[in-house]
Amino acid sequence: MQLTIADIAIKFGLIIIIFLISLVIAMYSTYAERKIAAFFQDRVGPNRAGPWGILQPLADGGKMFLKEEIIPTNATPFLFIVGPSLAILTACIGSAVIPWGQNLVVNGKVIPLQVTDINVGILYIFGVVSLGVYGVMIGGWASNNKYSLLGAIRAASQNISYEISMGLSIIALLLVTGTLSLGEIAQQQHGWHWNVIYQPVGFILFLVCAFAETNRTPFDLPECETELVGGYHTEYSSMKLGFYLFAEYINMFISSAVMATLYWGGYNYPGMDWVTAHVGPVIGPLIGTAVLFTKIFLFIFFFMWVRWTIPRFRYDQLMDLGWKILIPLAIANIVVTGIVITFL
Amino acid sequence: MESLSNRKKQLEVKPLNFWEKAYLPAIVKGLSITMGHFFKKPVTIQYPEQKREFSENYRGLHSLKRDENGKERCTACGLCALSCPAEAITMTAAERQKGEEHLYREEKYAAVYEINMLRCIFCGLCEEACPKEAIYLDGDIVPSDYLRKDFIYGKDKLVEAPLNQ
Repeated sequence: MQLTIADIAIKFGLIIIIFLISLVIAMYSTYAERKIAAFFQDRVGPNRAGPWGILQPLADGGKMFLKEEIIPTNATPFLFIVGPSLAILTACIGSAVIPWGQNLVVNGKVIPLQVTDINVGILYIFGVVSLGVYGVMIGGWASNNKYSLLGAIRAASQNISYEISMGLSIIALLLVTGTLSLGEIAQQQHGWHWNVIYQPVGFILFLVCAFAETNRTPFDLPECETELVGGYHTEYSSMKLGFYLFAEYINMFISSAVMATLYWGGYNYPGMDWVTAHVGPVIGPLIGTAVLFTKIFLFIFFFMWVRWTIPRFRYDQLMDLGWKILIPLAIANIVVTGIVITFL
Repeated sequence: MESLSNRKKQLEVKPLNFWEKAYLPAIVKGLSITMGHFFKKPVTIQYPEQKREFSENYRGLHSLKRDENGKERCTACGLCALSCPAEAITMTAAERQKGEEHLYREEKYAAVYEINMLRCIFCGLCEEACPKEAIYLDGDIVPSDYLRKDFIYGKDKLVEAPLNQ
């Protein structure tokens, strides 16, 4: 296919928009987190900066940028800077393969609402997510602080353990869908054929692993302040710390998007054919995009809801859950799915 | 061992059943509890704008009282200073002059009366010790300040406003 300048411009615009959306959502996730935490604790939450405190993320960001930047004397300066950069980079590039909506048709021109529909989309996501642990690991190592290193080791071993069961839970899904491309998986779930109906156990496994992968409570062992001072980012200050925290929120957004796409039908909603036919070929898909974002926001809310409900795991419990429960369960799920597909 | 109060209960630790082991039902229950709190009304008191009422017996900032005619009650007997466990109170007594009868109730009065708010522990013993009902801890919280010397409160801050104002 010959790429015209218009195609490239559209792609570039889409990349910029998705990048900005993920940054803004991550920014306001911090606000939402504080607000939701407050509601769960019968408080009011931030309400001083602007109406209802909606300027709070900007104030926080300004504070982060203006704080003194400290690089410890015994740290490795290059790696110390690379750590948070890697964390935020890997968090941002995950959004490239997520289908944000159906193809838009404007003046006979098809505009796909997906940066790139590579045919190994899920593997790409997994690759990127597993690179994310390098940011944490390098940061903890470069700090030259034993608590940071312990936090980083815990992060690494946790991420690796849970990535195994995450991958296994995906395999059962792939048996059902028969494709690795996220665009195709989203298309297959047209209407009501959401994968969560066919793969409920797989979804729960994936959900649990997503919590662990994003280092969210109850799996936030890398930053256990009571045991490890602060965890892998103990030595970090100013915006380098900000990048680590920000990466966590972007990761949360991306993994919510992945879960919505893989299991909850992505941009599909019941009756979308009727809407597309009657409302228009542009508005219809855009409603689908809005539906996808609603699902994503619900997942982000769920992340926060769980954070204020379940206490942190002890480390050995975490490993027990990962290796002795989730992995066997995921394998059993694959076997059952395989049997069902073969004989039914 | 014999229980002292006879209220000891033997707790039975049963093995977890399947649903308890599965952990997820407990999580769902926990989620429902937190969700209940999500819709509750916040109990926050928005401090600078709203203030919580102190209890009746709250001991706050001291005030030196005047009597019904607006005369200062304190006679500088020094019992408050004597009773003060933190030694926060100091005073200098002076004799009432002719023409000052409307200011001080008795012949002796406190020319200087100082309480060091950094030392004061707000125990209320001065209040109890005072035979003239001249000092009460009925004020607000002591406000913050930058310099230590500003925490030594003199009569200008402690004496009640005159009646005619």
